[in-house]
Amino acid sequence: MFKKMKLKIGKEQAQRAMKVAVLGNPNSGKSTLFNALTGLNQQTGNYPGVTVEKHSGDALIQDEKTGEKVYVTYLDLPGTYSLYPKTLDEEVCFKVLCDDTNEDRPDAAIIVADASSLRRSLFLATQIIDLRIPCIFVMNMMDIARVRSVHIDINELSKFLGVPVVAANARKRHGVEEVKQLLVNGLQPPKKDFIDIKEFVPAQIIESVQKMFPSKSPYGVYQTINNEAGVEHYEILPTQKIDIKKLIKSTGFDKHRIQSQETIARYKAINDIVKECVKIDEEEKRKSLSSRIDNILIHKFWGYLIFLGVLFVIFQSIFLIAKYPMDGIEFFFVKLSELGRDSLPKGELSALLINGILAGLSGVVVFVPQIALLFAFIAILEDTGYMARVSFIMDRLMRPLGLNGRSVIPLMSGMACAVPAIMGARTISNWKERIITILVTPLMSCSARLPVYTLLISLVIPSTHNYGFFNMQGLVLMAMYLIGFIAALAAALVMKVIIKSREKTHFIMELPLYHIPKFSTIGLTIYQKVRMFLFDAGKVIIAISIVLWFMASHAPPGKFPAIETAYQNADSVKKYKPAHIETMVSSAKLKESYAGIAGKWIEPVIKPLGFDWKIGIALITSFAAREAFVGTMATLYSADSKDNTQSIREKMASAVNPATGGREYTPAVGFSLMLFYAFAMQCMSTLAVVYRETKSIKWPIIQFLYMGAMAYLASLIIYSIFKP
Amino acid sequence: MSKETITLDKLKPGESGIVLSFNDEENALKFMEMGCTPGQKIKMESIAPLGDPVAVIVSGYKLSMRKTEAALINVERI
Repeated sequence: MFKKMKLKIGKEQAQRAMKVAVLGNPNSGKSTLFNALTGLNQQTGNYPGVTVEKHSGDALIQDEKTGEKVYVTYLDLPGTYSLYPKTLDEEVCFKVLCDDTNEDRPDAAIIVADASSLRRSLFLATQIIDLRIPCIFVMNMMDIARVRSVHIDINELSKFLGVPVVAANARKRHGVEEVKQLLVNGLQPPKKDFIDIKEFVPAQIIESVQKMFPSKSPYGVYQTINNEAGVEHYEILPTQKIDIKKLIKSTGFDKHRIQSQETIARYKAINDIVKECVKIDEEEKRKSLSSRIDNILIHKFWGYLIFLGVLFVIFQSIFLIAKYPMDGIEFFFVKLSELGRDSLPKGELSALLINGILAGLSGVVVFVPQIALLFAFIAILEDTGYMARVSFIMDRLMRPLGLNGRSVIPLMSGMACAVPAIMGARTISNWKERIITILVTPLMSCSARLPVYTLLISLVIPSTHNYGFFNMQGLVLMAMYLIGFIAALAAALVMKVIIKSREKTHFIMELPLYHIPKFSTIGLTIYQKVRMFLFDAGKVIIAISIVLWFMASHAPPGKFPAIETAYQNADSVKKYKPAHIETMVSSAKLKESYAGIAGKWIEPVIKPLGFDWKIGIALITSFAAREAFVGTMATLYSADSKDNTQSIREKMASAVNPATGGREYTPAVGFSLMLFYAFAMQCMSTLAVVYRETKSIKWPIIQFLYMGAMAYLASLIIYSIFKP
Repeated sequence: MSKETITLDKLKPGESGIVLSFNDEENALKFMEMGCTPGQKIKMESIAPLGDPVAVIVSGYKLSMRKTEAALINVERI
């Protein structure tokens, strides 16, 4: 499979090109067929204006009869049940199929049906047929284990539908070649309508609109009217729009009534066909097994216990197991930059390469193990059918907060790292619930906050305070985690009221039969997510880390040489060891750098929170990753070793506040800082991922502002309370 | 048992009914395209631990829906 990745698709060899849409119900095996058709020659993008992922792929097909080569671009449309869109996914399908001017409008369609939900698949298929789009109906026999025996009269079914029918097993590649040949070998639009829509729609409006769109089928004309009668999913010419709206009024076009009549008529015709040419004996054993598994997994006690266990395993994996490859990646980059420092000529360009670009790259790649692990779990949970059950048992708890049952996994993963967690929110299909999950997840205390909390707690809470079994420092740390959790839920509650959505929230969904997960699907999911993160969010992260590096290592002209000379005089050389001089120089340099200037510049703003300009510098550098706070403090206080918490703690503890003459880091400052770190959106990687996932600069800005405001207020209040 | 028209959410787990009609046009379409059409047999399979949502079996599929949504389906108890 991976061999294909390098394969060049020779577009120039092709005599012609065509666009083919692959569509079907959710869970129909549509993506498996898409993967079999394209291999790894896939691209992932977004549909314009919406946050729906767009998968497309290319392949060259040679017509066996004529020898002609055809360049085919496949579009893997999101799962849909009908041409009446209710979700963003379905809206995308509707636009692509019904709007003639859509850039993705296909020349042909492959409709994939799961044998175990044939009627529902035929419902969608016959709507596409009535649009008269050339299409192939593919019966997915992949999960033949789902049914005991299937007897399909393929010829008969094909005759009824008026389109070619193929029984395929994409996993074993059965039927895939047949589908390809059918596509390139003179596939014609269906010639007859499956149901006659004119029976239900006033004749006058159909005839008038047909004149505006002569190439459309009657059903296509009806869908055009429908688009104007309700939510306008796509735009048509303004003059046509006015005329159609007038006709809707004058003819009394009743959208809902016609849709109901159509749906009932369609199902009636489908039932007749299925009776004629399909005989499926469903595997009762598998069904009853699924039911028995459900008895446990949605049980009021075992169900929650098992889900808690699943969460625990996921959390432990991304928190602990991912640490090993992450350490390895960091070690690799440290060695690489050491090598660079030793072998490259000293200079601005080398510094940019090593401290700017390489450090940024390391900061991107280091997320890969967590993302891969989380998505491995999510893919397994989705593929087995368990995720739908999670939604089922958690809905009652999460709904009042404006969240989805599926939000639980991203939220808990957020306690390890918000970056993979936010990507994991993809599994939530409702737009509003997904946006809320994305916005509140970074409030969960992630692992990068831990070093900050540890340092500050040890600074302001005496370790000797024990209440029985409880260690005061441990209690405060626990309280910080709890505060993050409560803040996330509270923020969700507020956003539920504020954020408006035209997508209706409904909870009608299928609880699919349990499956054994397919490793190829899991592998492909991980591959796609990692690639998307590296190339989309990665660019933003590297760009920001270069800016941060520049700010911390550059100063207005003349400042740095002055520091060097000041510390290299005979006096200090006599007084201090060379290593100590070096730490003092880097401390002085950081204070004079652009980051230092920015820190002093924001001091008036953060003063009411009890922060001085040194903390201001740390707040800025923390943007690279929250734990950078510790390293920055170490440099600023010229601690002997940057990794030695003990040394930093002592330096910070002995720091004197020039105004009061007392300790700089009083409990008031410590608590204020901890709350600031708990709430503030100080992570560029998270912002980059939010931007990638929402495809809009609006949401990361909103997130940055609301979390910043929360942090500022909380710190302000706590500081005023504890201030002596 | 005598025929009785009720809404789907009134069925107890294990009980079945025949779908008659819907009380909400927009949701009706969603139900119908999921295979829940008038005339179909529908069985209340289970209720989620916290009393909501519910799981039903109709035309071979297991569907879950909230109680408020189940209240939109009129059924005849059998």
